[in-house]
Amino acid sequence: MMKAGFLRDLLFAAAVLIVLIVVPFIFTKPSLRDFLIYVMAYGLLAMSLNLLVGLTGLVSFGHAAFFVSGAYMFGLLMQSGRVSIPVAILVTVLGTAVLALVIGAICVRLKEIYFSFITLAFQMFIHSIILTWVSLTGGDQGLRGGIPRPPFFGIDLSSGVSLYIFSACVFVVCILIMRQVWQSPFGYTLRLIRDNPNRANYLGVDIVRMKLGVFILAGAMASVAGILLSLFVSGAYPEFGFWTTSGEAIFMIMLGGSQLFVGPIIGAILLRLIEHFVSIYTEYHGLVLGIVILAIVLGLRQGIADYIVEFLQRRKEARAAPAQDASAKDATFAKERIA
Amino acid sequence: MLSVQNLDKRFGGVHATRNVSIDFPDGSLTAIIGPNGAGKTTFFNLISGAFRPNSGKVIFDGQDIVGKSSLEVVRLGMTRAFQVAEIFPSLTVTEAIMATVISHLRKSWTFLRRFPVAEAKARTEEIIELLGLADKAGTLSRNLSHGDQKLLDIGLALAMEPKVLLLDEPTAGMGPDERWRMIGKVQHLWQVKKMTVLFIEHDMDIVFKIAQKIHVLKYGAVLAQGTANEIRRNQDVIDAYLGADHHLSAAVGEA
Repeated sequence: MMKAGFLRDLLFAAAVLIVLIVVPFIFTKPSLRDFLIYVMAYGLLAMSLNLLVGLTGLVSFGHAAFFVSGAYMFGLLMQSGRVSIPVAILVTVLGTAVLALVIGAICVRLKEIYFSFITLAFQMFIHSIILTWVSLTGGDQGLRGGIPRPPFFGIDLSSGVSLYIFSACVFVVCILIMRQVWQSPFGYTLRLIRDNPNRANYLGVDIVRMKLGVFILAGAMASVAGILLSLFVSGAYPEFGFWTTSGEAIFMIMLGGSQLFVGPIIGAILLRLIEHFVSIYTEYHGLVLGIVILAIVLGLRQGIADYIVEFLQRRKEARAAPAQDASAKDATFAKERIA
Repeated sequence: MLSVQNLDKRFGGVHATRNVSIDFPDGSLTAIIGPNGAGKTTFFNLISGAFRPNSGKVIFDGQDIVGKSSLEVVRLGMTRAFQVAEIFPSLTVTEAIMATVISHLRKSWTFLRRFPVAEAKARTEEIIELLGLADKAGTLSRNLSHGDQKLLDIGLALAMEPKVLLLDEPTAGMGPDERWRMIGKVQHLWQVKKMTVLFIEHDMDIVFKIAQKIHVLKYGAVLAQGTANEIRRNQDVIDAYLGADHHLSAAVGEA
């Protein structure tokens, strides 16, 4: 039964991967490929943030700290010329996990708005380190000189096509990993914490350690998103770690929805589409975006994907309503037991 | 199983628990009664590790647990249900109980398995059956009736397979019929599971009917203890708590 669930996700992931790879070959405009890579990188960032927001109820305002750390660590490692791409990815993910462990150990002890603000503070701290440590990071100019992509295992990422396929594979694998976490006993324990942390504590759940665990995991996943973006733009910039990047990830979750697993991806696609099309007609795309978000927040009071799921569920329940006399039976059963 | 010795707690100027000493024998069903503000819930908070007493001992299963965190106390085998049902609104009955069973099995850090987990299934179904919630197993907890939410709260505590179960007013906020149904279930659970159960209750008829032993608290101190008949006849209790017509006092206590 549980294997069937995993198999279904695997098939779904394979289908998504095939579509992702085939689409740019059918519609050969390069801007489409760029669009898809941006959606994958920012979508992965939003998905990893949603492990905190949607699954655990931790609203982090500073998630881009791990996004930027992924981009810079990877870029610096590759520029050193001493490591191959897979090793650099591994070291970057582990390094970011350690960073998340240190930051998380302080943050997860705080609740609600205090948690949000201390994560924001840490992100701005990292952002200002990047700006001021010019000799290492290039300061506000970003990590320049390009990121070398030496071939590994016969894969050469120097061509746009192979880089795109590589990114799509990494993206799908990360989504699969997060899907597994979402459905695992670990994921359900996080839902206990989200719904009622005090009760979870009285049911033997070590809340602080669980929160720290998911904080590290989400940070590691965000670093992969940062790696993808730095590979794509062949550089790293301080804006990756500015608070607006975290804000964008939160927008994506708000747009798409936090309770359906793929909600943030839907949000990422929507946000990028809105930005893309609106900026053709006007430079005030921030204004349009704000109005759209207001409409969704005030009108639906949840993300689009969550709204659709709930709507379908309500319709199903309304159809099944007439067959409900079971509760009456239960009452008589209980009376008999007392007597 | 559980023994409280000279327990004392002050909150600033309020002396909430005064030198309370009670023994709860293994497998007993004991009621804690007393007027509002008598310190009943504080007493539960002290023994379950939520508050630290100023002095005194709580001997549970042979060791003094004063100073242990609520999490450690739960893991030693003492769980509680709350006066206002503490549940997980967005999870179904099955999901909530299964996640708790997994917590009890110390498998919360499992990443490579998927819900529903086979090894927790039998336990989960057994608890749901025991509670009589089988036909609501797939219902979201927030959509349950008030009584079923209180039952689920107890079910969550049961999923930890406690040696001692603390029930803070299992019948709070229920109508007369529902109260009897609820307390019948509590008694049934106690008989089936052979746990030590402590419960706080306002309804005297219920207390006198099912409790083996009753402890009366007043202003944080033990006013009287004994069986239903002893408490009924105890002049202190009649004067201080029950009054001439104990039904009246019970009703006032609910407010």
